[in-house]
Amino acid sequence: MIRRLLPLVAMLAVLGASGAPARAERLVTSLSTYRVSIASNFTGADLVLFGTVDPERGSPPRRGGYDIVVTVIGPRQTVTTWRKERIVGIWVNAESRTFVDAPTYLAVLANRPVEAIANPELRRRLQIGIDSTLLPQDISGDVADVVRDDPFRKAFVRLRNEHGLYLERSNAVTFLTPTLFRTAIPLPSDVPVGTYEVDVKLFADGAMLAREHSAFEIYKAGFEQLVANGARNHGILYGLCTSGLALMVGWLASVVFRRD
Amino acid sequence: MQIYLPIAELSVNVFLIFVMGLAVGFISGMFGIGGGFLMTPLLIFIGIPPAVAVASVTGQIAASSFTGAITYWRRRALDPALAMMLLVGGIIGTTAGVWLFSVLRAVGQLDITIGVSYLVLLGTVGSLMIGESAQAIIRSRQGKPTEIRRGGSHLWIHGLPFKLRFKQSKMYVSTIPVWGIGFIIGFIGAVMGIGGGFLLVPMLIYLLRVPTNVVIGTSMVLTLVTMAFATVLHAATNHLVDVVLALILMVGGVTGAQFGARAGQKIRSEQLRLLLGLLVLAVGLRFAFALVVQPDELYMVRTAEGAT
Repeated sequence: MIRRLLPLVAMLAVLGASGAPARAERLVTSLSTYRVSIASNFTGADLVLFGTVDPERGSPPRRGGYDIVVTVIGPRQTVTTWRKERIVGIWVNAESRTFVDAPTYLAVLANRPVEAIANPELRRRLQIGIDSTLLPQDISGDVADVVRDDPFRKAFVRLRNEHGLYLERSNAVTFLTPTLFRTAIPLPSDVPVGTYEVDVKLFADGAMLAREHSAFEIYKAGFEQLVANGARNHGILYGLCTSGLALMVGWLASVVFRRD
Repeated sequence: MQIYLPIAELSVNVFLIFVMGLAVGFISGMFGIGGGFLMTPLLIFIGIPPAVAVASVTGQIAASSFTGAITYWRRRALDPALAMMLLVGGIIGTTAGVWLFSVLRAVGQLDITIGVSYLVLLGTVGSLMIGESAQAIIRSRQGKPTEIRRGGSHLWIHGLPFKLRFKQSKMYVSTIPVWGIGFIIGFIGAVMGIGGGFLLVPMLIYLLRVPTNVVIGTSMVLTLVTMAFATVLHAATNHLVDVVLALILMVGGVTGAQFGARAGQKIRSEQLRLLLGLLVLAVGLRFAFALVVQPDELYMVRTAEGAT
């Protein structure tokens, strides 16, 4: 952990020495890695995010302390949520809602409940917390966000949550000192590949003081990449290879287990 | 040991998948069927997206039926001419099946179609097999000779035109029902992720009167080609064949099949048919249960391309 912090400390020193007139708090963050590779042994990962608050020079420390909200948004994808209904005795997918460009991954990590950090108006404007995040639906051609307790929206968030893809944790950010904090971004094993945006917001006394953006990438490495690319871009060749493999395994078995 | 499946995009236990392959392979070897009707539901049950399960199982069935076909070929227990004619229908049926699969997936009704098809098909076939084999067992208990329904009685099928002589099977039959049976097997195989051996064998015996000694070998050839073809088509159109998953299943399946085949030889054929009938019916009832009972989770999320 110390080793990871060293470049951070050096960076802070440089920032401090640059002598820009600091009018308010600054926020500096760093991720433990910016590229997460998925190989055959991938069972999920925890990314560590470190950050520090550089207080206003000469001003007294804030009495209420600082609040941090880290929002991680994965690649966006249009998905459909289906609801089953009983039709002539059997349960069938009857109604559906399409969520346009919904994040495939959404993590909201804070040091205390977001309700205590900012007022509802600010939460809605800055999209703080899963409830305040826009999840626009395609309603017969019109794309619009719906009320928070829309059953399809609630079901969608709940299902994503069960997969570990949508999460909101109010105790995930820990302050190591009054200005230095860390948090872990949990990535489940079925996390989608792509670019993930990390948005760190600093609050004090219910107001946002600073904001810092960064990003990391999740990609399939080596064999997994080869297979996924092959399946997507060279479907016929991939299918022929799989069939060839099947014939080879079948033939090998007939040789190995031959009894006559 | 966990392994990441690159297409299903989730991590599974290798040994669990391998043991499932072994167990289904054992059953498939014992009854001389592909075992897809057991494998696909099992994979769905452990959380593999249904579409990926169906598409990947086709590869596994191709592997196990190839082993079987080679064995029967060595014993000359298959009819190449009949297999070729079945394949004509089989290839067309598979193409139609993969097309329907894509359409159903696009409109979100794939799961329900798979469910209802399993229920109807397995329920019917299972019940018929149980009835037929139970009668055979009762007859043999009473000391009566087992009825061999060959020759003599003619079905309407035998009056159809375009007749062809199949030397190996010693029969003279119209090609229309042969193509039709091939088409049906190819079609439902591609949609449901099953080889269709448990359907094809009775169809060949009861509808075409194919001699029992060449039935299983011929059925394996049809299953092999339609499933290998379905694998290519599923890979080319839906991009859902998970080669890692398929490989683990293949290795488990062909190994289990060898032991199953030895076990199967020790059991009398009508008892074997009764067992298979019970198994088929049980899987069908499991699907009925899932369709009729209110599910715990009424909602599901489907992406436009993959399935999460």
